Amino acid sequence: MQPMEPLTILIAEDSAADRLLLSSILRRQGHEVLTAANGAEAVEAFGRQQPHLVLMDAMMPVMDGFEAARQIKALAGETLVPIIFLTSLSESEALARCLEVGGDDFLAKPYNQVILAAKIKAMDRLRRLQDTVLRQRDQIARHHEYLLNEQRVAKAVFDKVAHSGCLNAAPNIRYLQSPYALFNGDLLLAAFTPAGDMHVLLGDFTGHGLPAAVGAMPLAEVFYGMTAKGYGLAETLREMNAKLKRILPVDMFCCATLLCLSFQRRSVEVWNGGMPDGYLHCMASGERIPLPARHLPLGVLSPESFDERTEVFPMALGDRVFLLSDGVIDTCDANEQLFGVQRLQQVFAANRQADALFEEIEQALRDFGGEARDDVSMVEISLLEPAQITPPALVYSDSGQSCPLDWSVSFEFRAVTLKRFNPLPYLLQLLLEVHGLRAQSGALYSVLAELYSNALEHGVLGLDSSLKRNASGFARYYQERSTRLGELQEGYVRVHLQVTPTDDGGCLTIHVEDSGKGFDVERVMARPLEDIRLSGRGVSLIRQLGRNARWTDNGRSARVEFIWEALA
Amino acid sequence: MDETHVDRNVLSALQEVMEESYPELLDIFLADSEERLKVLRTADSGDRLVEAAHSFKGSSSNMGAVRLTELCHQLEQQARALPVNDIQELVREIDREFASVRPLYEAERQRCPAKI
Repeated sequence: MQPMEPLTILIAEDSAADRLLLSSILRRQGHEVLTAANGAEAVEAFGRQQPHLVLMDAMMPVMDGFEAARQIKALAGETLVPIIFLTSLSESEALARCLEVGGDDFLAKPYNQVILAAKIKAMDRLRRLQDTVLRQRDQIARHHEYLLNEQRVAKAVFDKVAHSGCLNAAPNIRYLQSPYALFNGDLLLAAFTPAGDMHVLLGDFTGHGLPAAVGAMPLAEVFYGMTAKGYGLAETLREMNAKLKRILPVDMFCCATLLCLSFQRRSVEVWNGGMPDGYLHCMASGERIPLPARHLPLGVLSPESFDERTEVFPMALGDRVFLLSDGVIDTCDANEQLFGVQRLQQVFAANRQADALFEEIEQALRDFGGEARDDVSMVEISLLEPAQITPPALVYSDSGQSCPLDWSVSFEFRAVTLKRFNPLPYLLQLLLEVHGLRAQSGALYSVLAELYSNALEHGVLGLDSSLKRNASGFARYYQERSTRLGELQEGYVRVHLQVTPTDDGGCLTIHVEDSGKGFDVERVMARPLEDIRLSGRGVSLIRQLGRNARWTDNGRSARVEFIWEALA
Repeated sequence: MDETHVDRNVLSALQEVMEESYPELLDIFLADSEERLKVLRTADSGDRLVEAAHSFKGSSSNMGAVRLTELCHQLEQQARALPVNDIQELVREIDREFASVRPLYEAERQRCPAKI
């Protein structure tokens, strides 16, 4: 027999001869022995000296072995202290009682040394096994607690970054996301552009846990940073893709849908890379236009082969864009069947109250799968009047002492630059050095953006704005824009900015020229200002937001002014 | 008598296990047995009889008193069922059996004096 580590063993036995015999056998086998002549003594000895194992006679005066076993098991708690009943009991009822009170084995009289040693060894193995299990359980619990704490910290840090957006403040966003969705790789961001448009990103990183959450930080920073500076979807997408491609391992990427909702133009621009179809819900017709994935996820393609082309759809007031993560359609039932797009569309079809859609989808998922998943993300953004949306005021940190008040600058952007470069963020940043203009940065940006896109699209690219009169023309317009821009060989857009001080403030003149054919200024200017047809918005917007807007040189040259009063 | 009453192999095994405590074990067994017999003779309830018979059976078996173990077992099993006369007869038989094996254990005791 292999030598084993000596144990401390308690013998509870009322017969002095048997007690002496058993003690001698155990001592010869190398163990430490404690003795008790009845159950009460046994419980007392156990409490005092915590033996590893107990040999317990069933029939004893004062307190019998059954009661003593029950009390010792209670004292031992989770630790396994094996109890071997010493008995020549032959009734099965009494043997069953031994097991009921927690006995682990029996040893019959007369004692047999070999069997006793074997039983002690077996019980010791069991005892050690339980000890190991408990230790490992505690270790797992500690690791789990540690992991949860890490997630709490990561979530707190991330919430600081993620909630710098307008997700919770904007009145036109509804979303549903588990608080720890981040650790399933789900990411939802929203922010206003300087022009008052809204950018929304719903992303889904591959993987789970911290690895899935890590990529969210740089992605959110690019999203917020570039949106705040006035970059459009195309530049933001290029930057996000390049950054993720650079930092993520090859098997990690981020499926994402990025939206730009323009309240001024009443349109939504969409880029979907690998996410489930989103839906544009037209309230008037009840139609739901799918917004399917047209691209590979972010972080897959090299910057050279990345495709940032977007689609643009017109929206009416109250129309909604609905996005969802794959947790919705990939929810499984008990037979591993997927919830699927068809069931989602059945929920759409049955939906009567647009505001109840989330709850109806959740209910359908519960009815289907039986258990809730925590990687279900849904967001719905509706188009409101610009007046109902109030972008947060920008915060500037400089004192204003070095504000430039008398200067002018001219740029000429030529064909190769026009293809890919968006000069608006730079121009805006320059203009916002002028403190007096900061209060009207939204209007300034909208007008600047409008003048620039008019010059580029109608001027340089020669696109006919009347195409945008209906929804199908709207889509064709943007397809055509992308084609012509790709083929562009020559042409220019010039931007002249002039800031001059006045007695009680200052004046900015924006002057934009293009190389296009121009347009019939008289006819366009004759339209009423409140005309909100899709095709006419640009010009009327500029006239509403800026001062003294005027077009010369057959529409090839546009001027508009912004004035401000001296700051207190 | 011998082999049907006391198992010699058990005694030599006990001596090997107990080493110098063997005489002490014999002393304790003999003293304990007197106590058990007293209880058996005077027991006034079935439960007391069963308990005493059970304990006596256990130590007898450990000490190799084969016939004594068998008689105690009979008493433990039947104490609640048999008429009083039969029980008294069984107790007397246990008494006689112990009286007959006792000299054998005393002889063992003499053979191996305690080392004090």
